[in-house]
Amino acid sequence: MNIDFTRIIPRIPYLLQGVQVTLTIALVAALIGSVLGFIISLITSKKGLLGRVLFLFVDFFRGTPLYFQLFFYHYGLPQVIPGFLPTAYHSAFVIFSINSAAYLSEIFRAGIQSIDKGQIEAAKALNISTWDIVTGIIIPIGAKNVLPAIINEFITLIKETSVAAVISVNEIMRRHTIVAGTTFRAFESLIIVGLIYYTLTKTLSIAGKVVERKLRYDLR
Amino acid sequence: MIYVNQLNKHFKESHVLQDVSITFDPHITYAIIGSSGSGKSTLLRCLNGLETPSSGEIKIDDINIFESKDNLAKARSNMGMVFQNFNLFEHKTAIENVMFALIKVKKLSHDEAFKTASTALDKVGLSHRYNNYPHQLSGGEKQRVSIARTLAMSPQLVLFDEPTSALDPEMTIEVLKVIKNLVKDGLKCILVTHEMSFAKEVADMIVFMDQGKILEITPSEQFFTQPVSTRAVQFLSHTQFKGETQGKKHYS
Ligand SMILES: Nc1ncnc2c1ncn2[C@@H]1O[C@H](COP(=O)(O)OP(=O)(O)OP(=O)(O)O)[C@@H](O)[C@H]1O
Ligand SMILES: [Mg+2]
Repeated sequence: MNIDFTRIIPRIPYLLQGVQVTLTIALVAALIGSVLGFIISLITSKKGLLGRVLFLFVDFFRGTPLYFQLFFYHYGLPQVIPGFLPTAYHSAFVIFSINSAAYLSEIFRAGIQSIDKGQIEAAKALNISTWDIVTGIIIPIGAKNVLPAIINEFITLIKETSVAAVISVNEIMRRHTIVAGTTFRAFESLIIVGLIYYTLTKTLSIAGKVVERKLRYDLR
Repeated sequence: MIYVNQLNKHFKESHVLQDVSITFDPHITYAIIGSSGSGKSTLLRCLNGLETPSSGEIKIDDINIFESKDNLAKARSNMGMVFQNFNLFEHKTAIENVMFALIKVKKLSHDEAFKTASTALDKVGLSHRYNNYPHQLSGGEKQRVSIARTLAMSPQLVLFDEPTSALDPEMTIEVLKVIKNLVKDGLKCILVTHEMSFAKEVADMIVFMDQGKILEITPSEQFFTQPVSTRAVQFLSHTQFKGETQGKKHYS
């Protein structure tokens, strides 16, 4: 067997710097995706025209690969929109945000539907405003119901940021390609990269469990 | 006065309320009775705008409640509602359930809200249950919390939609006792119920509904001895028979 980490060890800091890039994309996408996804879920929960149009949009983003979406935005659109030349980061932020908004909106929609309508009616009968119903009842109950699904989605998001390598975003996988190309030590580099990803996702899932325990009022 | 004028409600093909007109006098307690599916809940839910009628109007004094959001809010601020399934906020303790609207709607401070809420919970005999979540309460306790939640807002009128239908006989007794005491203390209400002897005891007027129509509005003592409509005669003989076989009639 031919395994030798000596050439890789000096490159580990370089690989680790990719973590910041990966997490920045994931975090921006998670934040914008959550806000956007929540608004979309409120609209698609009703059956208006806007709701139907948005649902189609959501369905499209769920029904095509992220890889395709990145390419379409980064390489496809500039051809038809004069002067539109997004940087790799710009494309990554936009597509990852919209893509996670699409998935999260469906999760939120399920969360909203999981809330017993009776509680909302009781709130209305008490003259509680729509805003207070959303923030005081729908969000806290819905959050508990969908938290595991949301954490899952964030974990998926971290993993999928690796796709951004295809438009040359300098995240972990892209750095690996460079390291492997210059050291000819792909296997060793991949071991490191695998450990990095696993540490990131595992940390997130443990944090998710902690938050979930806090939110489970039904277990108190 | 609540004026219900030519109210119609359709759900898809079914015509659930058919030209319903009635005036509710706020000084009088009403019981709406009738067989299942006759439109009792729908009528009650129209009164506080949980259901929007297909046509017709509801006025409280001279305010048309469906004319604007403000009007509906004004109507709701004077009218509480207690539901068959309690509809407590599942993520809030008993006291938080009562405090929520006091803080958000009445704009009370946390301390004031706590005081008002605890008075309301004490009144329904739940001074030992402030910090329990709904899933830690019995059905009867849940319904009493929901009554306290409504009363804490000091409404002039409370709508009860079958407050004991989801309860077993023992808890039914406990909840009916609470409602009876409230009525004795002057609470005005419109209640939908299947408990005939309860209706007879607390209501001044019986509103009898059948297939989306009000067939009669009769003083309570007369209704149970000499109802006007033949449909009511049939209904009474039927429910009294059913009530006795289920052993659910005796509560107090
Ligand atoms: N949201 C709805 N969608 C469709 N149909 C409905 C809806 N709500 C009520 N209905 C129908 O309207 C009719 C009247 O319902 P309603 O709940 O007012 O009856 P009810 O007199 O309260 O009956 P019960 O004693 O069983 O509570 C029923 O046939 C019911 O199936
Ligand atoms: Mg009903």
